[in-house]
Amino acid sequence: MNRVLRATGLHKSFGDTTVLDGVDLDLDAHEVVALIGASGSGKSTLLRCLSLLEPIDDGQILLGEEDISDPRIDANRVRARYGIVFQSYNLFPHLSVIDNVTLASRVVGRMPRRDAEARGMTYLDRVGLADKARVHPDRLSGGQQQRVAIARALATEPEVLLFDEITSALDPELVGEVLELVRSLAREGATILMATHEMAFARDVAHRIVFLDGGRIIEQGTPAELFGSPREERTRAFLARVSH
Amino acid sequence: MTLHEPSALELERRAFRRRRSQGSILVAIASTIALAVIVWATLVNTPGWALVQESFFNPEVALRSLPRVWDGFLLNLQVLGLSVITVGVCSLLIATLRTLPGPVFFPLRMIAAAYTDIFRGFPFIIVLYLVGFGIPTLTGQRIPPIVLGTLCITLTYSAYVSEVIRAGIDAVHPSQRLAARALGLGYTQTLRRIVLPQALRKITPPLMNDFVAMQKDVGLISILGAVDAVRAAQIMNAQTYNFTPYVVAGILFILLAIPSIRLTDWYTARLRRREQTGSVL
Repeated sequence: MNRVLRATGLHKSFGDTTVLDGVDLDLDAHEVVALIGASGSGKSTLLRCLSLLEPIDDGQILLGEEDISDPRIDANRVRARYGIVFQSYNLFPHLSVIDNVTLASRVVGRMPRRDAEARGMTYLDRVGLADKARVHPDRLSGGQQQRVAIARALATEPEVLLFDEITSALDPELVGEVLELVRSLAREGATILMATHEMAFARDVAHRIVFLDGGRIIEQGTPAELFGSPREERTRAFLARVSH
Repeated sequence: MTLHEPSALELERRAFRRRRSQGSILVAIASTIALAVIVWATLVNTPGWALVQESFFNPEVALRSLPRVWDGFLLNLQVLGLSVITVGVCSLLIATLRTLPGPVFFPLRMIAAAYTDIFRGFPFIIVLYLVGFGIPTLTGQRIPPIVLGTLCITLTYSAYVSEVIRAGIDAVHPSQRLAARALGLGYTQTLRRIVLPQALRKITPPLMNDFVAMQKDVGLISILGAVDAVRAAQIMNAQTYNFTPYVVAGILFILLAIPSIRLTDWYTARLRRREQTGSVL
């Protein structure tokens, strides 16, 4: 398998609080990995550190062959290689849907507007929202907004997709449309690392489940292993709490 | 879509709303007339009213002074037009300097902060005297009042406007920056494409407020010796022994302010319509 991401010994603290306490994580091409764990276990921070949105205190991150934790690299260029989707969508309210999707191509990729829009439309079409291209995000439902955010992340043609609890802010009846989209991206071979509270979904879609607790990876394995016969006591306790 | 036929209940509610709004209009008309009559009666019965009318609202003097006041007013407009550009550029620059992160920019942040502190505290009239008479002395040359006036307005108003812009920048939620940076946009690109456009929308009302204040403060450049609307009115006042030219100049300034005030309302309403759904209570 072709490794796209390798993190070793990641440490991160905010003041006195240690959020990541020596995390090692590999991600192969076309692999779908779900990060599970309680709130505050470090899932979001891990995603932010991997994408250089948060500086790390120690450790190393390799994206492809490149050491992106080296302060001499161009962080903006590295971030452009990721596609990140946030819990609360974070669409730009002053831009139309198509402008949201094409912004990175136009500004970072210096692509002419026409080409960027042509490409953007294929991704909007991909998430089923081509007819909403000219409206502003506030006119869309939460599920639609999150699908636009996914199209925005896809439009940069990233090497890795990072999803940070992308269904947590959605009404229950809107979760399905977003998960369905993620499922089809996984089927098409996207490389995805997602923090999620949707255990059933993680079990169904992910190739590997990683359980984080207290800033460490406690246990990881295939969904069958981790959900079927967890080895660690803390994993069992967490799964018992969320499945009730 | 089929056209929905309103129910009897809804029709009754609409009729009620119509009756109520007709009632409100009638009350409004009546109270306006009543107030106007009271004000008018009080004014007319004031002992000095005839004299006031003669020396402040004299149609003949107004007509005679209008061309000269208007010529002066054009100078005010020129200073205003130039100032809008210079204040816009300077205040944006200062606000950006004040929000720059990192220890490298500490001196720039400090200079910008000191500038805004000083010039917001400085009375505008003192700025006019110091700059208006200091700079020509310093350079030993006569400098046209339009340049000096623009300079004074820019010095004072950039301080106010930059603080408004800074407040707008701070009011844009950090998650917006995060999302932009996540797409690979740099600090400046994020500021220009994401933060500033949203900040400017938020601060349009206070910005326009400063703009209206600036419109009338350009009238103070008469202190520099410029023959603007106020100075022209003063000259006409001296010629006619009548205060009507000042009223004429004042009315010109009001007429200048009204369109920009209406424009702000229209602009903010349009933005709200485009970017928001539903009604606002």
